[in-house]
Amino acid sequence: MLDEQEAKHALRFLVIGYIFLPKATELREFIMKMPVPNPSILASKAQLVARFLEVLPEESVIYDEVETRAYECDGLAAYRCPPMVAVLPTSTQQVSDVLRICHEMGVPVVPRGAGTSLSGGALPTADCVILGVARLNDVLETDYDNRYIRVQSGRTNLSVTGAVEENGFFYAPDPSSQLACAIAGNIAMNSGGAHCLKYGVTTNNLMGVRMVMMDGEIVDIGGGHLDAGGLDLLGLICGSEGQLGVVTEATLRILPKPEGARPVLLGFDSNEVAGACVSDIIKAGVLPVAIEFMDRPVIRASEAHANAGYPDCEALLIIEVEGSDGEIDEQLAMILEIARRHNPVEIRESRSAEESARIWLGRKSAFGAMGRINDYMCLDGTIPVSQLPYVLKQIGVLSTQYGLDVGNVFHAGDGNMHPLILYDANKPGDLEACEKLGADILRLCVDVGGCLTGEHGVGIEKRDLMGAQFTNADLECQMAVKDVFDPAWLLNPAKVFPLDASAERRSG
Amino acid sequence: MKPETEQQLAEMVAGATGPLRIIGGGTQRVTPSDMGETLETSGLSGISLYEPGALTIVAGAGTPLSVIDATLAEEGQYLPFEPTDYRALMGTQGTPTIGGVIAANVSGPRRIQTGAARDFMLGVRFVDGRGQILKNGGRVMKNVTGYDLVKLLSGSFGTLGVMSEVSLKVLPVPQTQATVIIEGLDDKQAVAAMARALGSPYDVSGAAHIPAASGNAACTLLRIEGFEGSVAYRAGKLQTLLNGFGASSVESDAGNCARQWRDIRDVAALAGKDGDIWRISVRPSDGPEIGTRLQAEDIVYDWGGGLIWARTLEGSDIRARLGGFQGHATLVRANPDTYRTLARFHPEPDLISQISQKLRQKFDPHGLFNPGLMGAIS
Repeated sequence: MLDEQEAKHALRFLVIGYIFLPKATELREFIMKMPVPNPSILASKAQLVARFLEVLPEESVIYDEVETRAYECDGLAAYRCPPMVAVLPTSTQQVSDVLRICHEMGVPVVPRGAGTSLSGGALPTADCVILGVARLNDVLETDYDNRYIRVQSGRTNLSVTGAVEENGFFYAPDPSSQLACAIAGNIAMNSGGAHCLKYGVTTNNLMGVRMVMMDGEIVDIGGGHLDAGGLDLLGLICGSEGQLGVVTEATLRILPKPEGARPVLLGFDSNEVAGACVSDIIKAGVLPVAIEFMDRPVIRASEAHANAGYPDCEALLIIEVEGSDGEIDEQLAMILEIARRHNPVEIRESRSAEESARIWLGRKSAFGAMGRINDYMCLDGTIPVSQLPYVLKQIGVLSTQYGLDVGNVFHAGDGNMHPLILYDANKPGDLEACEKLGADILRLCVDVGGCLTGEHGVGIEKRDLMGAQFTNADLECQMAVKDVFDPAWLLNPAKVFPLDASAERRSG
Repeated sequence: MKPETEQQLAEMVAGATGPLRIIGGGTQRVTPSDMGETLETSGLSGISLYEPGALTIVAGAGTPLSVIDATLAEEGQYLPFEPTDYRALMGTQGTPTIGGVIAANVSGPRRIQTGAARDFMLGVRFVDGRGQILKNGGRVMKNVTGYDLVKLLSGSFGTLGVMSEVSLKVLPVPQTQATVIIEGLDDKQAVAAMARALGSPYDVSGAAHIPAASGNAACTLLRIEGFEGSVAYRAGKLQTLLNGFGASSVESDAGNCARQWRDIRDVAALAGKDGDIWRISVRPSDGPEIGTRLQAEDIVYDWGGGLIWARTLEGSDIRARLGGFQGHATLVRANPDTYRTLARFHPEPDLISQISQKLRQKFDPHGLFNPGLMGAIS
């Protein structure tokens, strides 16, 4: 679902980050270390630019120190560092030329889609080249008989649906940044969204890619047919955070739009009961397209901000089902019958498109509403649904310990939590405390059988927590995969793996 | 060798001095018996966790599929990717295991709507060629923590590691089902009808076509599943939508439908007959043309035309007949000589093949696992 509020808030967040730039820089050094730039690479800038200009037009090569600032951060705006050079190729061949040059000269490359990553996936280093795919945004082929669309990877998520909706189709993965985020980034992070309970995440909707390897070789994987004939390299590339290759084209599964959709809002006086209700609905055989959960701090914040008329209760569920009117009635009747067994304090059904929009309004305003209260950090840990009440309780305990408020708004059907930790970027030490609390919450998610990140990716944000989820041997096995695709470790090298674990490989 | 624990499995691999032939229940007959010393995973059996409310099950790789199916059925759930039971087609005995299903990414008719086996894989524990116990993924539905080796291991036919445990997403069994049937369509019309149905909002969960053979009329099948009222509604809508393709009927007895689709899933139309069996994945709209070029004895189309099961005369090099096409042809059943000359797996472009071989060397540096399968490895 499109979420303008969230997009607007992201912009505001960028602005705040910019205003407090000096402090953010200082904190970056302190908290999330990045490798020291390689002086010999920095010294090669003029030569590198000259070589780029041999294969790219002038307007595609950005090397002025003021202009490269536009690429100094992504959605994780507390961390920023202008790249040495940014390039904006307009064809797969140009991407190949750029990578070949960087490969020959040993220059690290950070691929970038739209720069909306919340985990620092597109954060540059001072000695890197940002390879932006934003100008690769054409639709190459739509095939309704075979139900796929082939696009260049810089195309935004929402405009993929835009290209097929007149014919009654849509592209299912719907991250909240879908107005801005690029398919390239969706593939790199294996992005999800609110509706993946039914339709799956990016990897379940990706049929093929054209990818450029770090040495400039172009490779096609998958296509209009289903499943791999050999090893599932497509499945490996999706979610590899731009570390294995640069995807320039993607074949995406498109689906016929359902006849209609309708949400229902349920309020409960305890998180436990709301969690049990979710579990019972799923067990009963109804499979809603979305089950969204908000806790009291978020309900109050969004009510104050968007005034959607939500009840003031402990936990709120928005459940959406799809189909014809009759099918929707049938599914909602079952859901309501289950919900009533859990004594909800509020049941709000929708009788019109306006009422449906109003039910979604508060949820869609939630991030922006929390941002009005203070700066926040959005986490992305995922837990087994059965652990929901326990984890929410423990987050409350940790929140009190650290003295920082935490609101919870998330995709309950699949256990993908989004705790929002409020902090004050102007208050010395607050961001540091916030990151420590965030790390504790993510460790809690892992301890109950979950994971560090459900849809945002590891990037730099969760990089140094990977040891909480994986053994050294597990990480070594993953790094060995990168060795195959990028033996010199030039592609987005300082991400995903703890810096000490990847140090030897990165130093060549 | 038949390890009873993951630890034993790791020790056996670490102590192996020669090639290992990895099998689950052996029902797909993927690895010839002379490939190496047999390492059988059926001792790694049992369900260690099942949370119906979280739609998650975790089981040892050697757990019989029947045990998983029965456990899920008690809670009204199932494995939605509908794995093919290869026993009738391959003429094998034994017990299909969940590890074997995942290792071969075995997915039935519902693949077009709900996904393949690999799409329901949440996590894996496995032993690599050094005898190390490794894990990837987990047991939650959304997980992007690190590289997705779960997908890589799914469908790797035991060439990267020996799986010890898998965790899977499951779904509720639909309340009922119905099949809309159109008779007498040629392959091209049938694929067009299936494309129309799959492109409609009526949530078709199976689209298969059995061409006319030995006196039986051609039969195009479209499956709808869900709650009773909804199934009846959508079946009616589909019939209207497909009016232009001729008369249709609806089989609304759930038991009959289940049998129909089990036959499609297990390729019953080609079972028990001589010849080679091929499984070809193509773009659905290319299906009829590919079907013609095959010059096969029998054909069944699944996945709306995108999956072709073909029975050919022994030793026919159908890849040569097909020429270039988007997709791949796997030789599923043949005698050992044919496997040697034609290769089971479709040849891949050089660069892909090199990547695959290098990955294999990283996971299995001593070349222990199923050597010779999925491209040559020395």
